[in-house]
Amino acid sequence: MVENGWDTFEIGTILRPFEGPASDVANILPEDRSYTKSNSFSVSVADWRIEKPLFNKEHCIDCQFCWIYCPDMSIISRDKKMIGIDYDHCKGCGICVEVCPTTPKSLLMFPEQKDEEAALSEWPKKEKKEAKEN
Amino acid sequence: MFQAKTKNLKNFSTSAERFEGANLLCPGCAHSIIVREVLNATNDNLILAASTGCLEVCTAVYPHTSWDASWIHIGFENGSSAVAGAEAMYKALKNKGRLKQPDRTPKFVAFGGDGATYDIGFQWISGCFERGHDMMYVCLDNEVYANTGGQRSSSTPIGASATTTPAGRISYGEKQNKKDIMAIMAAHGAPYVAQVAPNKWKDMVAKIQKGFATEGPVFINAMSACTTEWKFAPEDTIAISDLATDSLVFPLYEIIDGTKLNITYRPKNVIPVRDYLGAQGRFKHLFTKQNEYLIDEWQARVDAKWEQLQRREEACL
Ligand SMILES: Cc1ncc(C[n+]2csc(CCOP(=O)(O)OP(=O)(O)O)c2C)c(N)n1
Ligand code: SF4
Ligand code: SF4
Ligand code: SF4
Ligand SMILES: [Mg+2]
Repeated sequence: MVENGWDTFEIGTILRPFEGPASDVANILPEDRSYTKSNSFSVSVADWRIEKPLFNKEHCIDCQFCWIYCPDMSIISRDKKMIGIDYDHCKGCGICVEVCPTTPKSLLMFPEQKDEEAALSEWPKKEKKEAKEN
Repeated sequence: MFQAKTKNLKNFSTSAERFEGANLLCPGCAHSIIVREVLNATNDNLILAASTGCLEVCTAVYPHTSWDASWIHIGFENGSSAVAGAEAMYKALKNKGRLKQPDRTPKFVAFGGDGATYDIGFQWISGCFERGHDMMYVCLDNEVYANTGGQRSSSTPIGASATTTPAGRISYGEKQNKKDIMAIMAAHGAPYVAQVAPNKWKDMVAKIQKGFATEGPVFINAMSACTTEWKFAPEDTIAISDLATDSLVFPLYEIIDGTKLNITYRPKNVIPVRDYLGAQGRFKHLFTKQNEYLIDEWQARVDAKWEQLQRREEACL
């Protein structure tokens, strides 16, 4: 299907998002699905981003605000835990960072080329904790 | 089963999405947040349609689809009739005993923008509701024809600058009041009509599930904050939506069987309408000496509407 250009496909063409039958998708997680090339999941919009969100697990309370409000299905939550970001589909809107309620935030925006380890080492520290330790 | 799934956000986050990334909606677009909340509210099979508009144009760019369900697009005006037709056919096949899994009735949902709903597809929707199809219609209300560059619709509120009602030296922008689509749909006698906003996810998902459990046509008006046309930064979509619901510019309520009205969200601290307007570029010209009276008029309209909703609720008719 994907092989046919926009001006060569037949009227009434059906784009199939999965290989084979797909009636139980609501109970199948992305990693267990057989996506076709026609599914936009198979495409990346990573090059839309100027900034990317980075995730610092240390501060996360798994509230799932980032998951519910991400417009691009790019917050990966499994078993009620936030486990990371899908950088193929994240458009860098920054909503997840805005809605993250922890102090310091568990998600922050960085320039696209930023090294993750470097970012984590520069992450703002928890102020209260520091005060106690001093 | 799915009621338990949405008891709290942690449970809800175990949903397996049926709407996919790498669609072409703008970063921060609320249409997508709304679609996720609707689709994740059920585990049943889905038969979906979309009218022309940002959602349709950005999620079905040949050769790609972002929909993990049966989905159809015909024209701007007839997303509603497309789904109604599918629903009527489903019923007929069921009556003839020709369905492979007759006990797995899918949910029928049509999505349309405010242009498609308030204006161009209105008579088709009205027909569907009058015929009484067992379907849900979801209006993605961003108060403008966003996909074609921001022309005003009959949902555009007074004072908004749109490309066909631009604010300038001699005009303050849109002059007509926003159409009361909720009242119009309730007047069809629809069993369930509700206004929702994606930032209030629990209220929204509860209403969607109530709608799915209702037999007959259900109308949902979903506020969809549009970063591009409302002119705010994409990371602020939820913050702007909070301003809308907490200033009561966008009150959350439902109307059952065309008459019984319930307010479903009462903000603890009602914030001034001015704060909502001031956060968006489309209203920035209102904050001038010559136009400032319009902000007071806005506040008065919102207060009057809230009063009316409360009266309607008390009246229990
Ligand atoms: C009959 C018809 N008239 C006009 C158009 C052009 N058109 C395509 S999308 C669109 C705007 C859609 O606005 P709305 O329904 O509010 O959806 P939004 O893009 O804002 O989500 C228009 C005018 C069309 N496709 N068909
Ligand atoms: S930046 Fe936007 S698209 Fe990316 S993960 Fe955060 S909310 Fe999702
Ligand atoms: S919003 Fe922040 S704290 Fe909540 S799950 Fe996401 S990263 Fe963790
Ligand atoms: S113009 Fe508005 S509604 Fe359309 S995709 Fe962009 S943010 Fe979404
Ligand atoms: Mg619109």
